[in-house]
Amino acid sequence: MTEMRYRDALKLALREEMRRDENVVLLGEDIGVFGGAFKVTSGLLEDFGERRVRDTPISENTIVGVGVGAAMVGLRPVVELMTVNFALLAFDQIVNHAAHIHYMFGGQARVPLVVRMPQGAGHQLGPTHSHSLEAMFLHVPGLLVAVPSTPADARGLLKAAIRDENPVIFIEHESLYGVRGEVDENDEEPLRFGRARVAREGSDVTIVGVSRMALTAERAAETLAGEHGIEAEVIDPRTLRPLDLDTILRSVAKTNRCVVVEEGWPHGGVGANLAALISEQAFDDLDAPVTRVSGADVPMPYSKPLEEIAFPHEPQIVRAVLGALGHEDASTANGAPPLGSPQASVAPQ
Amino acid sequence: MTSTLPDPDTAREWLAAMVLIRRFEERAGEMYARAKIGGFLHLSIGEEATIVGAERALRDDDYLVSTYRSHGDALARGTPPEQVMAELFGKSGGCSKGHGGSMHMFDLQRRFMGGYGIVGGNLPIAAGIALACDQRGSEDVTLCTFGDGASNQGTFGETLNLAALWRLPVVFMVVNNQFGMGTSLSRHSAVTDLQRKGESLGVPGVRCDGMDILDTHRVVSEALARVREERRPLLVEAVTYRFRGHSMADPEDYRTKEEVLQWRERDPIPAFAGLLEREGTLTAEQREQIDRDATARVEEAVEFAERSPFPGPDTLYDDVYVLDGETHGWYHDPRAAGVVTNSTAHEPSQR
Repeated sequence: MTEMRYRDALKLALREEMRRDENVVLLGEDIGVFGGAFKVTSGLLEDFGERRVRDTPISENTIVGVGVGAAMVGLRPVVELMTVNFALLAFDQIVNHAAHIHYMFGGQARVPLVVRMPQGAGHQLGPTHSHSLEAMFLHVPGLLVAVPSTPADARGLLKAAIRDENPVIFIEHESLYGVRGEVDENDEEPLRFGRARVAREGSDVTIVGVSRMALTAERAAETLAGEHGIEAEVIDPRTLRPLDLDTILRSVAKTNRCVVVEEGWPHGGVGANLAALISEQAFDDLDAPVTRVSGADVPMPYSKPLEEIAFPHEPQIVRAVLGALGHEDASTANGAPPLGSPQASVAPQ
Repeated sequence: MTSTLPDPDTAREWLAAMVLIRRFEERAGEMYARAKIGGFLHLSIGEEATIVGAERALRDDDYLVSTYRSHGDALARGTPPEQVMAELFGKSGGCSKGHGGSMHMFDLQRRFMGGYGIVGGNLPIAAGIALACDQRGSEDVTLCTFGDGASNQGTFGETLNLAALWRLPVVFMVVNNQFGMGTSLSRHSAVTDLQRKGESLGVPGVRCDGMDILDTHRVVSEALARVREERRPLLVEAVTYRFRGHSMADPEDYRTKEEVLQWRERDPIPAFAGLLEREGTLTAEQREQIDRDATARVEEAVEFAERSPFPGPDTLYDDVYVLDGETHGWYHDPRAAGVVTNSTAHEPSQR
């Protein structure tokens, strides 16, 4: 095992897959000479040359479309977009083409394309650089969606994404690039999509944490154990399409309660989707409604104190779990009310 | 520069290709009126010289990327009319298995890389195909057609800039049929000299008479040769006219009958046929035979489309994902795809 940062685990995956398959090419704004806005690709230009590590003009929709076309005839492009918000400029190519080409052309063409991008708040980048939009991509049939939260998952899932025959939206997190974790460099096998990771075992409540929220949920689980004697099972789905619903349902069958934590907006979000799926398929297992903890239902504000309360932290998760358990500490727990309902999310503290 | 006639067999084949498109489109229009075809139907009638002139300039290994007006492109590339008509009928024998329809014809085998329903959406795809060709060191060139309306999309500027920057082997062909749907060129584009619209993006342009198959073929051939050799993109403007409405649902209030009649006098099919007759490479009998053959072939296409079964409900989930890759098996569970309510009605078929 080697300890490495999330960004270096991503770079390791890119390097390994580029060595393995000469059809893997990288496209993106400032990924070459500049080394990547978040330094994920630094050093790859030197190693693989400018034909395989291509700095592009600032033309998100076209960059992704070029990736689609190149993928249709056999390259395996990995496109980097600087943030998830910029992916909105490429939504036409992502949805109308990348996701639909295999289907709309009767299976004749394939689009083995990876579009990487970071998301997430916490760096005071305001309303156009800080959102968490995985639910938008989750919505689209034809796409695969990965949301890795650890360096090992980042590497293993990126390798799987590059080898997959389908278009993959690969969502990283800005706050995780510097986070360290154990990676087994000797094991070059990709992870499989559609397999959730049980980050912490427990029998009292299931917490599903998406992207960075998997880590926040783990910390909240430690607080719940230490201060309230509650053992939470924390599940990181790792990919949202395909979704390993079975692992979540098995956990809910054991704990009878579920809290879903995401950084994105509440309406039509990952939590809304999961709450519906769990209610439909495991209603009899539930002793309480599925609770959502989500980002506030607002554009991401710039000002630090406002930004801090616009996405979930440990206290909101602790409080949501206590509420789901009908725990006597629920009303006195520290922190803002659980975000999730529009009312709650716009009325912090 | 004057265009010279190809050898007589080739010339007659070009004429036959144009006539096939004309008869096919006329019949498709009738089938639409009889509700055999749904959705939108964009006919290429009037634009046959542009389509066949450009397509016949391609090598077999070159790629063609087209628009939502794509029946003619598929036919010119050699896709059997049966498959194109069946696609219009929404039948399983269609080239896209009934998933795509009029706007989404596709024929991988013949390197016809698709009709695309989003105006301008096909330009980046063409550049990507050209990038892959260039990356492999192949000589294949990509021809990307789009309408005058598409020249106002962001992808036009973005793609031409990127293609020039990376010296991609792609010929962009703006098919100027005078209208972006119902908005005339002078009302939708500040620069109406479309061949010049790529200059500031590093893509020089040339113009051809899209009503003249010889001129179109010559200009596109020269452009393809230059791009193949010089490894840099070019823009070709083909000036043409669609005789029918934008789609079948078009009252054509935006243009006069006189204007349409004026252009119809330049109908590319009688123009070329007349030239061949005057040159002595086409007899009246041969001309009639070409027409009979095309009509008969289109009838066969209609009969095939009628006979071809509709795709069964068990195929609804086919080809949403490629299932034979590294992640085999993960998409079979409809719950995993987020599909719950009809999971008992339609199990995704196994591949």
